[in-house]
Amino acid sequence: MLSQFFFTLREHQVPVTIPEYLTLLEALKGDVIGPNIDEFYLLARSALVKDETHFDKFDRAFAAFYRGVEAATGPSHEIPLEWLRKQAELNLSAEEKALIESLGGWDELMKRFRERLEEQKERHEGGKKWIGTAGKSPFGAYGFNPEGIRIGQQESRNRSAVKVWDAREFRNLDGDVQLGTRNLKVALRRLRRFAREGAASELDLDSTIDHTARNAGLLDLQLRPERHNAVKVLLLLDIGGSMDEHSRLCSELFSAARAEFRHLEFFYFHNCVYDHVWNDNRRRHGARTATWDLMHRFNADYRLIFVGDATMSPFEILRPGGSLEYMNEDAGADWLQRLTDVYQRSIWLNPTPEENWGYHYTIGVIRDLMGGRMFPLTLDGLERGMRALARKGPLL
Amino acid sequence: MSPRFTGSKTYVATDDLRLSVNAAITLGRPLLIKGEPGTGKTRLAEEVARGLGMPLLEWHIKSTTKAQQGLYEYDAVSRLRDSQLGDPKVHDIANYIVPGMLWQAFESDTPVVLLIDEIDKADIEFPNDLLRELDRMEFYVYETRQLIRAKQRPLVFITSNNEKDLPDAFLRRCFFHYIRFPDKETMEQIVEVHYPGIKKALLREALEAFFAVREVPGLKKKPSTSELLDWLKLLLAEDIPPEALRTDDRKSIIPPLHGALLKNEQDVHLFERLVFMSRRS
Ligand SMILES: Nc1ncnc2c1ncn2[C@@H]1O[C@H](COP(=O)(O)OP(=O)(O)O)[C@@H](O)[C@H]1O
Ligand SMILES: [Mg+2]
Repeated sequence: MLSQFFFTLREHQVPVTIPEYLTLLEALKGDVIGPNIDEFYLLARSALVKDETHFDKFDRAFAAFYRGVEAATGPSHEIPLEWLRKQAELNLSAEEKALIESLGGWDELMKRFRERLEEQKERHEGGKKWIGTAGKSPFGAYGFNPEGIRIGQQESRNRSAVKVWDAREFRNLDGDVQLGTRNLKVALRRLRRFAREGAASELDLDSTIDHTARNAGLLDLQLRPERHNAVKVLLLLDIGGSMDEHSRLCSELFSAARAEFRHLEFFYFHNCVYDHVWNDNRRRHGARTATWDLMHRFNADYRLIFVGDATMSPFEILRPGGSLEYMNEDAGADWLQRLTDVYQRSIWLNPTPEENWGYHYTIGVIRDLMGGRMFPLTLDGLERGMRALARKGPLL
Repeated sequence: MSPRFTGSKTYVATDDLRLSVNAAITLGRPLLIKGEPGTGKTRLAEEVARGLGMPLLEWHIKSTTKAQQGLYEYDAVSRLRDSQLGDPKVHDIANYIVPGMLWQAFESDTPVVLLIDEIDKADIEFPNDLLRELDRMEFYVYETRQLIRAKQRPLVFITSNNEKDLPDAFLRRCFFHYIRFPDKETMEQIVEVHYPGIKKALLREALEAFFAVREVPGLKKKPSTSELLDWLKLLLAEDIPPEALRTDDRKSIIPPLHGALLKNEQDVHLFERLVFMSRRS
């Protein structure tokens, strides 16, 4: 019954994990709460939900769970704590622990379990059959389940449970990983070039030894600045109309980049870059910077990152005068060429899902103009992009 | 049976907060506390320490703080200097190992409360770098080949202002509590704790005005409990009567000494402009 709580949470997209669930069970065994559903609610929330933005989902899940409890124990504000405690029995013997190890260890087990849960999420109906029911799944076999089967005694059952896992194909869940600023930052970190700048605060041992020796053995301390990420980034963001649907993603990327790079310059364009870019994103009213000036002001040390969907009419890229907004003397393609000539390390990040790139002719055009250095704005794409930025020239 | 925190005469702990604190105490897990600035996150650790009669160790995190500093630092420079001066101390490296907050917490003979304040100020990897130490309650000092193991599990309180997301692996190990901004009733209690015997009429009017200011749309920084307490201190010192705070139409008055509530100049302007506009209409 209590394990059902866990599944209810997962079904409601509350990102709880097994270790957290175990913590809850442990707390139920300890004397943290009285036999009171309100306290159980608070305890469960504190143990399972680590982000207040999930509280609402948790509340809805809890309501659904509680309807089930009522059905089982009758309507009451008091839950029999003994009943709950029984759910929490989880005493693994030494043999059982050894068995877990033999199956690849706790982490491996949890990993598989997580994958199973993901699958269950997809196949909601059938899912309970192979996770929720006592003893028929590894979950049950490890005693998470109220009637959990003790492993050492039920070898045959246990082995069949293992087969169930092995029969399942491992899924690469990475693609599902939420972007979020934290993940973005971690991905951006691949782009690092350390340099020492700022106040001298760190002992420079080699130099100290050198100076001390020259100083006839009298200590002559040498300090130097700490190492920082000194990579310089020029970010050009498309704020054309079709980018609106990607605005949240782009602003997350933007805030992650701001936090990660001390030297970040950013400008905005509309669909394609021409002879000027905008200094702030209220495009039509703001100040502009000539693209030539941009290339003079920021030297070739800068890594150039375009962010845009590259979705427009081909004229906007290929023809002089193709811009929708004014009469551009040179074609967008010429400007792209000039920029990528100056900034040998450049990429284009595209928020359009990669599988849809084929449907837009201009995505292919820009991608070619970028020498193939276009990447989707996903974690994986970002990582590939950061690797590409580490070296010059076209991709092979 | 582990000790329990029941709130104190100087701190108002809501039921849900108490429960989270006690769960963390009982299971010996860290408690992560989030909430707007001024919601009493830092104070909580102090109060729990006082309430349970434990010493409090405070580790205030800055953007440059490294996890290692919480364990220990090796002061090579002092040692080098001492060697030049021929100080005999120099022969033992242990003289130059400076214990950090975690070490001090582990070494203590009685259990302590360890506050890691504003963890989100540090580099995003900082919490991960402390995972193992907080989990196992031990770490190794390579220089002296010493294993430092907690004699007593400290109660670890961690606060965050939500400036950065914390890593999942770290979050999984903590109990979590989000301190919601106090409602009027709770706020009354908090004020009474700080100004016992404050006149009911003044308190009521002041809270009305305070919550009205918080609702002004577009403020850069809404006034928090600290600002309310500061403001009340001024009102009391200047002996402002409750009537001065009251109007039929809350919108059309600028509360006296409102500079204590709105510390940001832009917010003050915005507020004054809004009040001015609503007076005209
Ligand atoms: N629940 C409370 N009970 C008593 N005082 C409180 C409470 N919450 C906040 N305060 C007061 O508000 C001020 C700010 O608290 P602090 O702990 O520094 O906030 P935070 O760390 O969340 O920014 C302190 O002076 C504290 O006394
Ligand atoms: Mg604080």
